[in-house]
Amino acid sequence: MGKTFTRPQALSEEHTHYCPGCTHGIIHRLIAEVIDELGIRGRTVGIAPVGCAVLAYNYFTFDFQEAAHGRAPAMATGIKRVRPDLMVFTYQGDGDLASIGMGEIVHAANRGEKFTTIFVNNTVYGMTGGQMAPTTMPGQKTTTSPLGRNVDEIGMPLKVAELLSALETPSYIERVTVIKPSYIVKAKRAIKKAFTYQLQGRCFSLIEVVSTCPTNWGLTPLEAVNWTEEVLLPYYQLGEYKSPET
Amino acid sequence: MNYVYSIDRDRCKGCGLCVAACPKKVLQISAEINIKGYFPVYQAQPENCIFCSTCCIMCPDVAITITEATLEMANPA
Amino acid sequence: MGKVLMKGNEAIGEAAIRAGCLNYFAYPITPQSEVAEYLSHRLPEVGGVFLQGESEVAVSYMLFGASACGERVFTTSSSPGISLMSEGISYIAAAQCPAVFVNIMRGGPGLGGILPSQADYFQATKGGGHGDYRLLVMAPAGVQEAVDMVMTAFPLAEKYRNPVMILGDGLIGQMMEPVEFPDQLSSKPSNKDAWATNGMSTRKSDKPNVVKTLILDPPKLNEHNLCLKEKYERMKRDEIRYEPYNLETGYRALIVSYGTMSRVCRSAIDALKEQGVEVGMVRPQTLFPFPERAIEEAASKESCEVVVSVEMSMGQMVEDVERSARGKRPVKWYGTCGGDIPAPEEIMAVMKSFMSSEGPHVVHSLTG
Repeated sequence: MGKTFTRPQALSEEHTHYCPGCTHGIIHRLIAEVIDELGIRGRTVGIAPVGCAVLAYNYFTFDFQEAAHGRAPAMATGIKRVRPDLMVFTYQGDGDLASIGMGEIVHAANRGEKFTTIFVNNTVYGMTGGQMAPTTMPGQKTTTSPLGRNVDEIGMPLKVAELLSALETPSYIERVTVIKPSYIVKAKRAIKKAFTYQLQGRCFSLIEVVSTCPTNWGLTPLEAVNWTEEVLLPYYQLGEYKSPET
Repeated sequence: MNYVYSIDRDRCKGCGLCVAACPKKVLQISAEINIKGYFPVYQAQPENCIFCSTCCIMCPDVAITITEATLEMANPA
Repeated sequence: MGKVLMKGNEAIGEAAIRAGCLNYFAYPITPQSEVAEYLSHRLPEVGGVFLQGESEVAVSYMLFGASACGERVFTTSSSPGISLMSEGISYIAAAQCPAVFVNIMRGGPGLGGILPSQADYFQATKGGGHGDYRLLVMAPAGVQEAVDMVMTAFPLAEKYRNPVMILGDGLIGQMMEPVEFPDQLSSKPSNKDAWATNGMSTRKSDKPNVVKTLILDPPKLNEHNLCLKEKYERMKRDEIRYEPYNLETGYRALIVSYGTMSRVCRSAIDALKEQGVEVGMVRPQTLFPFPERAIEEAASKESCEVVVSVEMSMGQMVEDVERSARGKRPVKWYGTCGGDIPAPEEIMAVMKSFMSSEGPHVVHSLTG
């Protein structure tokens, strides 16, 4: 009984700057494990966003580009079109993907660009200090919605997985979370499936990862896990939303 | 199979997620701060550890590793 | 190969292919959409990549991604589209990636008009986007020169690891002129393994390459800016190109003009010569770096009374002309906006009024 567990080769030795309990660390590690398992480190290019993960390139041991805010899917498109043999993924947060970058992700998905997007949904703008995001929940207090998100004024939170699943072009869209080990195992399976589709040159994939931001939510990491389970998961429901098989 | 369980004290940020995740309640937050000013985790009940690696899977910082014990470790020459 | 009659926009597209650039990302905008239309069928013929992006913003980042992984790339657009690309251009310059941009200028500001202008001079030569960077800017005056400049742009962009901008205008894009293309590729792409994210296996290395522009440490950011500046100083030293016209005579006035406007001025100069009035011209072919010394020298000729910057704008290049003249002669400006290109007769009248003893009064179009 028992098993070994070590740092994946695709993850660097750098201590991350992420807050205690931040789910970025888990997601980074899962991506690195998948890259190791598929043996693609030598031909992978990651694209870092503007957000807490802007320094993601310090935490991986393969080629990386840094995109302007929201533009990672456009950069990924550029790379994938000129070097289809490279494995390309974008790593984006709420503001990057669902606000300023909405045009880019919709069109990349609609064109069926064969790269993978890891979308980290933690309902706030983390790096800039906790402002409201398109994914902020009704009534959720943030630094730019101090009285709580007023849906009459500003609408309901945006469900990216559902939105992109409405496109006709085949793709793989799944929503997962990483707040507990049982969820983490499933999230890794989804990420591996997405990269495998890319290896086959099959379709665009997006894995939306419901994540925590303890610091900007004003909660401890464990309280953040509970809030995610109680409030976020009923709205941002986990599951596979679109598959190229169907 | 013998395993070596290792916590990188200075990498741990004391988030406590592993403490909650451990099925055997092995881990606790220690009272001594590390080099970064966090209170890192430690094995309070190491004898109960079953090396399931659930704590490793939970940890955002890869602060916990489990490796195979080698003969050299058991019998240093 | 021989000459073919070709529309400027299409010739520009063909020139990029002949230069070994088979990757084109673009968005339609008048008056240059024909480039995309032409390349949409021409690039697949040569196994190239053609993609119409969803916006100029997206296109500028497609260029960045593709350039950063080591491939030759280019795009074409027009004034408002170049504004949208400005942030991307700043990033590409900051990351020291090569890329070629072609601006087929139209009337502005805002949505403006669809006819030619030269009102993006500031945007092209002073940066356009944010931060301390410059573009190597070339200004063709006809379709053949546009072809030649596009073909030079790619090796130049790689030599300096910097974006290069070809500043054309709607007339050059739309008109048809005889063009000749070289029979073989003019330049081999440079080796980019030192910095490009072309995959570690591709360059048989275990060391990742990162293309980024964020430098939070102040001394390091300063150092980076100094490094960029050094490149621009080298451009100023080595890449100035200009064409003198009628400077061997005792000209009384010196015109500085580029692109389409310079051709009208040339006709005006020829017609004035027949009337016994000599006017000279320095035609910048690079707008950055600007031919300051050439203009200063030409302005300093004893016979020369006045320098006139003639441009289809409200006076942008005139500031660089003024600086170049170093106070040696008065510098005047004549320009029009709106899209009507002045006829040679208009320029002749303007030059006469600038050279008359009453002094120049005309500062806008006589027909307006």
